[in-house]
Amino acid sequence: MRDTKNLFNQPLNVINIGTAKFKEDFDLQNIASVHLDWQPPAGGNMQLIEALDAFQDHEKVEQANQETIKRMKDAHPFLVDIDQAREVIPGMHSKKILHSGPPITWERMCGPAKGAIIGAVLYEGWADNEQSAERLASSGELEFAPANEHGAVGPMAGIISPSMPVHIIENREHGNRAYCTVNEGLGKVLRFGANAKEVLDRLKWIETTFAPALKKALAFTDGIDLKSITSQALHMGDECHNRNKASTSLFYREIIEYFLQTDLDKHTLREVIRFIKDNEHYFLNLSMPACKSALDAGQGIPYSTVVTTMARNGVDFGIRVSGLNENQWFTAPANFVKGLFFPGYKEGDAAPDLGDSTITETMGIGGFAMGGSPAIVQFVGGEVEDAIAYSEQMYEITTGENTNYSIPTLNFRGGAYGIDIRKVIDTNILPVINTGMAHREAGVGQVGAGIVHPPLACFEKALLAFVKTYRGDRNE
Amino acid sequence: MASRVMIVKNAYHDSVTLMSLSGKVLGIEGVEDAVVSMATAMNKELLANIGLMTSDAEHASENDLIIAIKGESDQIVEQALDFINKALYSKKDNKTQADSQPVKTLNAAIKALPEANMAVISVPGAYAAREARHALNTGLNVMIFSDNVSIEQERELKEMGRNKGLFVMGPDCGTAIINQAGLCFANKVQQGSIGLVAASGTGLQEVAVQIDRMGYGITQAIGTGGRDLYEDIGGIMMIEGIKALEQDDQTKVITLISKPPSKAVQDKILSELKYVTKPVVVNFLDGEREAVESIGASFAPTLIEAARLSVKLIDPTASVSDQLDYSVIEWAKEKISQQHDQQRYVRGLFCGGTLTSEALSIMRGMGESVKSNVAKVGKEKIENILVSQGHSLLDMGDDDFTKGKPHPMIEPSLRNDRILQEAKDPETAVLLLDFELGYGSHEDPVGESLETIKDAIAIAQQADREISVIAYICGTPADKQDYQEQEKRLSEAGVLVANSNEMASRIACMIAKKEVI
Repeated sequence: MRDTKNLFNQPLNVINIGTAKFKEDFDLQNIASVHLDWQPPAGGNMQLIEALDAFQDHEKVEQANQETIKRMKDAHPFLVDIDQAREVIPGMHSKKILHSGPPITWERMCGPAKGAIIGAVLYEGWADNEQSAERLASSGELEFAPANEHGAVGPMAGIISPSMPVHIIENREHGNRAYCTVNEGLGKVLRFGANAKEVLDRLKWIETTFAPALKKALAFTDGIDLKSITSQALHMGDECHNRNKASTSLFYREIIEYFLQTDLDKHTLREVIRFIKDNEHYFLNLSMPACKSALDAGQGIPYSTVVTTMARNGVDFGIRVSGLNENQWFTAPANFVKGLFFPGYKEGDAAPDLGDSTITETMGIGGFAMGGSPAIVQFVGGEVEDAIAYSEQMYEITTGENTNYSIPTLNFRGGAYGIDIRKVIDTNILPVINTGMAHREAGVGQVGAGIVHPPLACFEKALLAFVKTYRGDRNE
Repeated sequence: MASRVMIVKNAYHDSVTLMSLSGKVLGIEGVEDAVVSMATAMNKELLANIGLMTSDAEHASENDLIIAIKGESDQIVEQALDFINKALYSKKDNKTQADSQPVKTLNAAIKALPEANMAVISVPGAYAAREARHALNTGLNVMIFSDNVSIEQERELKEMGRNKGLFVMGPDCGTAIINQAGLCFANKVQQGSIGLVAASGTGLQEVAVQIDRMGYGITQAIGTGGRDLYEDIGGIMMIEGIKALEQDDQTKVITLISKPPSKAVQDKILSELKYVTKPVVVNFLDGEREAVESIGASFAPTLIEAARLSVKLIDPTASVSDQLDYSVIEWAKEKISQQHDQQRYVRGLFCGGTLTSEALSIMRGMGESVKSNVAKVGKEKIENILVSQGHSLLDMGDDDFTKGKPHPMIEPSLRNDRILQEAKDPETAVLLLDFELGYGSHEDPVGESLETIKDAIAIAQQADREISVIAYICGTPADKQDYQEQEKRLSEAGVLVANSNEMASRIACMIAKKEVI
């Protein structure tokens, strides 16, 4: 259709790239036209543009990216067990604490992360008051490391200490495992940096009562299929990051029968299943490691420009890329979330963007699937149309469509997934994340929720590193 | 005096929007200087020149927007800022719910308009080739309005387009009419059977307009960009255009418009024409007649002649006289009688580059020695573009005049100061002006200069001189600016409005020479 032989015999349909003035004259002539709201690619940075051109339509890269997203899509996560972190997380030891986001030292950590670490020290019994806990944390005796480098993820502060029970997720397609703690619920909770007695008591209860009970129940299963729950929940209004009502209900429906098969006493049984029932974010801590297990399977494909990690520690935002070294983080200062505040809180109260929950967006759900989650749209202060537009826009920066995770409001189109650093730089479109906001001071808790984007600099750095790594293979 | 300089980070706006906005802000009473532009090195220099450089501005990147205002009072400055904000961000308010999301990528644009077959690209030159390449890869024909694209890139794009069977009009292509749709700067002309291919924007406009005035029409007007006939490009797009028109059933006559190419390129084009079955008119302005006629094509030395020959080929009975009207001759005689001996020169201030060239050619043909900034031969080149000497014809749309400013077709007022300057010169006999109508051009070009023209006449009169003002309006009755109204206002101000650029040039020259032929 599109060649000059026929051009003269068909109505002119124009794409106007540049000044909008010309578009006005097309309208005046009733010429069908679309105005492209053009911005300089890569923010006008010529070094990046050259990098883009060197790997645009690059056969090896295209193939590697297809392979990466195939692995992500094929991954089949099951919840198979729960156990203490020190027992199951590779590389975990008795003086190690895992945190969310890219690597960070104690001195640079944000308030909620420090509060949560103090809580974890008290919980582990390494100190008996806050001051001495803080002293220990700053002494250098403890090792802090990103959960993401241990096959694990954690929401908000994302603290995992050795005694904490973690869900064990097995990706049965590729054989790798991923880990995440049990979601404590809302209010005063460790992940927002709270470390009061009630917080520590709950953590202890999870360790001594809840986890053993769940372990017993899971022993009767052949694993709980998290992929299936996620794809169903996406058709029930969840996006499996900030809204987990449907998924938690589906999980509850799955697990309840197995709880009933255990030898738990009636009181414990009621306590344990009520804990799941009353926490509509229970599934978040399953959704996240499920995504993690898929993304880890996609890590390490040479030439791949697909993002396999997006995570924040409340100070820095960091990403990792499949085709680059898995310990190579590309970081930049985390942004502040824009959104709605709970009554009594205002802008300025919030810590910068925090947590590993962006693993969901990295997998193409969460903010990417917002268009199918009208309820969350209200929560993040937007219109339903805006949310659908966000979901549609994500196709511009991703490699493929995940038909396993389809979006009802987009006519069940497979969700956009496999963020391509090249496309982000080329289009200036950043991944969209919807997320909660933590108070910048430890222990206050959640102050609101909204929308945030990763800093562009993460992608710029990643692309330059990619060019450096694969220099010899650039396009002629 | 008050001033304000603001830097808006990462706020790209296209230069045409910003420049026309700067113009409007300068029009606010009490505003002395205004810069609304991206923080390029050149624009920073402009900022420094008007004494508004700040350290923030110094460190701003090309992706940051500078808003700088100097005005009589804080209140004026605030008012100007308010105006700028409204202008830059009001578009969003106008959008309906349905299309509230702007299209940001080519993929999204194609999704929104799956039938797209043409991309019009007017992004800064450094990025234009990249966008054009993407568009071609997507199967779109392209028109590249942007300039500052390297000749190597132009060649690459044109070869790519040729291989794919797609048009690459430009870079620096200002005018095209495809399937009766005017692209960028184009007049609304009648549909007919003459197909045009031109390496010149205003040249293409003038030929199309003159064909329209003679009562005929065009099929297609294909722009190639000004460098297409350079040896490095070798006329790739002109040849593709010729082939497309040869195949087009509607086209009965093919007319080519360009400055004369080098011998090698001319031979290439002419040898291509040997395969063309349709009559061809070749207008190589000031070019060689023999070579063209030797392959059986008609040669037109000027734009108007190209229009006449094309029409004659369509309809041998058409009346295409080049005679001056009686009333025009009378007007000229009267003007001559009023002029001092000292008033001997034509001062042409043009917006259209090829119109300047045509005027130069015509006056030279009338035996005059003329200086111009579009001249190709050394002795005709003007020494100082800021001061006219003898007969001077200036293309005010040339880079010399437009650095950091919009083209005078978009902002005709940029010519006003020079109009007054010429009126003050006792040697000026005739002010020769052009006005371009049509899509892309200013909404009211005459209105922008009318008061200045009246002032110019008055300035001369105060010095006891009569100057003649002759204008040509390159436009048709169907153009959006209302041709009749534009003409009427000029006539009422005592300006002679000629029917063609050729006629305007001839009369101007006659008055300056004080001899009516």
